[in-house]
Amino acid sequence: MKDFPYTEKKDTRSGFGAGLHELGQTNPNVVALCADLIGSLKMDAFVKDFPERFFQVGIAEANMMGLAAGMTIGGKIPFTGTFANFSTGRVYDQIRQSIAYSGKNVKICASHAGVTLGEDGATHQILEDIGLMKMLPHMTVINPCDYNQTKAATIAIADYEGPVYLRFGRPVVPVFTPADQKFEIGKAVMLNEGTDVSIFATGHLVWKAILAGKLLEEKGINAEIINIHTIKPLDVEAVLTSARKTRCVVTAEEHQMNGGLGDSIAQLLAREEPLPLEMVAVNDSFGESGTPEQLMEKYGLNEQAIVAAVEKVMARRK
Amino acid sequence: MSASTSPAAEATATRSVAELKQIAAQVRRDIVRMVHAVNSGHPGGSLGCTDLLVALYFKVMKHHPEPFDMNGIGQDLFFLSNGHISPVFYSVLARSGYFPVSELSTFRKLNSRLQGHPATHEHLPGVRVASGSLGQGLSVAIGAAQAKKLNNDDRTVFVLMGDGELEEGQIWEAAMYAPHHKVDNLIAVVDRNGQQIDGPTDKIGGLGDLRAKFESFGWEVLEANGNDLEQLLPALEDAQARLGKSKPVMILMDTQMGYGVDFMMGSHKWHGVAPNDEQLEKALQQLVVEKASDY
Repeated sequence: MKDFPYTEKKDTRSGFGAGLHELGQTNPNVVALCADLIGSLKMDAFVKDFPERFFQVGIAEANMMGLAAGMTIGGKIPFTGTFANFSTGRVYDQIRQSIAYSGKNVKICASHAGVTLGEDGATHQILEDIGLMKMLPHMTVINPCDYNQTKAATIAIADYEGPVYLRFGRPVVPVFTPADQKFEIGKAVMLNEGTDVSIFATGHLVWKAILAGKLLEEKGINAEIINIHTIKPLDVEAVLTSARKTRCVVTAEEHQMNGGLGDSIAQLLAREEPLPLEMVAVNDSFGESGTPEQLMEKYGLNEQAIVAAVEKVMARRK
Repeated sequence: MSASTSPAAEATATRSVAELKQIAAQVRRDIVRMVHAVNSGHPGGSLGCTDLLVALYFKVMKHHPEPFDMNGIGQDLFFLSNGHISPVFYSVLARSGYFPVSELSTFRKLNSRLQGHPATHEHLPGVRVASGSLGQGLSVAIGAAQAKKLNNDDRTVFVLMGDGELEEGQIWEAAMYAPHHKVDNLIAVVDRNGQQIDGPTDKIGGLGDLRAKFESFGWEVLEANGNDLEQLLPALEDAQARLGKSKPVMILMDTQMGYGVDFMMGSHKWHGVAPNDEQLEKALQQLVVEKASDY
């Protein structure tokens, strides 16, 4: 098992804030909109340095999505910022008609996704956002794993023409991916080559998969760990190549089983290469108040849950 | 930059009211024929808003139909928020040069660029955003107007909404935003025909005093008769004169649903119903054009 050293922990939302600020300097067409959550989205630096390209929309997310769609007409590249819940479910029809169906170049940037939002509870902890967004035709869905990758993804999506959903979160997590990485939309990242099981993880669960990989190594299991930062379009080749090698698959995500990464990979395997699969995800449940760590444990989203899923899926392998 | 190359756009300044009335009659013929041909669509609101769209596309707006530029730099832009009145939008776009008039015959048919509600997905020139699900167009228009400001583009953004559509909450989010952000390069028009699917708007949604509502939100508000070009054109000029003074401009435009066809007028009954063969003939007899050029 490869080692993944890190010197600090940071929140992925700060990676977004840093990436957006860099875009402010490098791309004059980038504009930002926020629905009364500048601090939470870490948009302060952009607001301070590029005030003429920042639009405070207030608590009016539906209007924000429409404004963003309109600003693309004139060549702007709008980045909207609010919590994942208010970036998706609250404004689904606005995104569907004014952005996705209209093919508008809007970047929907969503923080505080999943149960790691913590104490605010289930009203704010959306676990359905990946599913909602990936169902929209031509919507790109990205869920990076750490600060550096979120920053790189933020910068990369400005150069991509089309609607993107970029999902990140609130808690600090180890910063282990390279600061100078080139983010390629739709390209899975091989973290650890293995032979016994393929673990496909996204977002905060990528680090949990690395922790699980070490626990599995102690048990003599050699896990292949792949970071699927782009859920849509899915890196079909990377998934199939790994699955065909290990013959069993575990998916891991901070999201509902229905509609998430596991669901996408299950569809792919059912069509192309039917193999045993276990999903580490929330099983048809809302979240609740608690610390992020407590919630990740209670809802089965930690390294122990991944280890258990690996043991189960390897036992099912023929 | 803003000089037009299109014949349709070039002639706008000199076009007389009499000429505009002829165009409006032709557009109304298109509307009833399009809806009749597929036995579906929305003639009532389309006929009611014909004079406005003809005034905008054939007189007021500076725009370049060909080649169509999505970004519309240096052009006035129009957004249709109440997308169900697509027949009037399509007819006016075709007759002002955005696409062949013959294509109107594909309205609502399979593989057409003229979808039931306007869409950009099939790349129909002249449409800049999909609409149909109500309440979204004002936000989009405000965004486009703010992009114009960022681009130092001094042209104007127009948007049309239905009055029933004002029951959507997003409209009021946008109504609050535009004055607060001094979006003063925007003219929003409400088609105040007083009708919606289930009946009169005052019975269904309680719109109340729209002038007082929008004025209290910080809009510059004026009212106009939307079915009399002699009154509508000066009202549009008045609206333009009020631009650039830190406030968005709203025109509360009184129209009659089905205007121009007596048996369709003034009732919500013709909101989404197509005429039969006999009714079409009757309607066309009332929509007289000196030199009819039906598609």
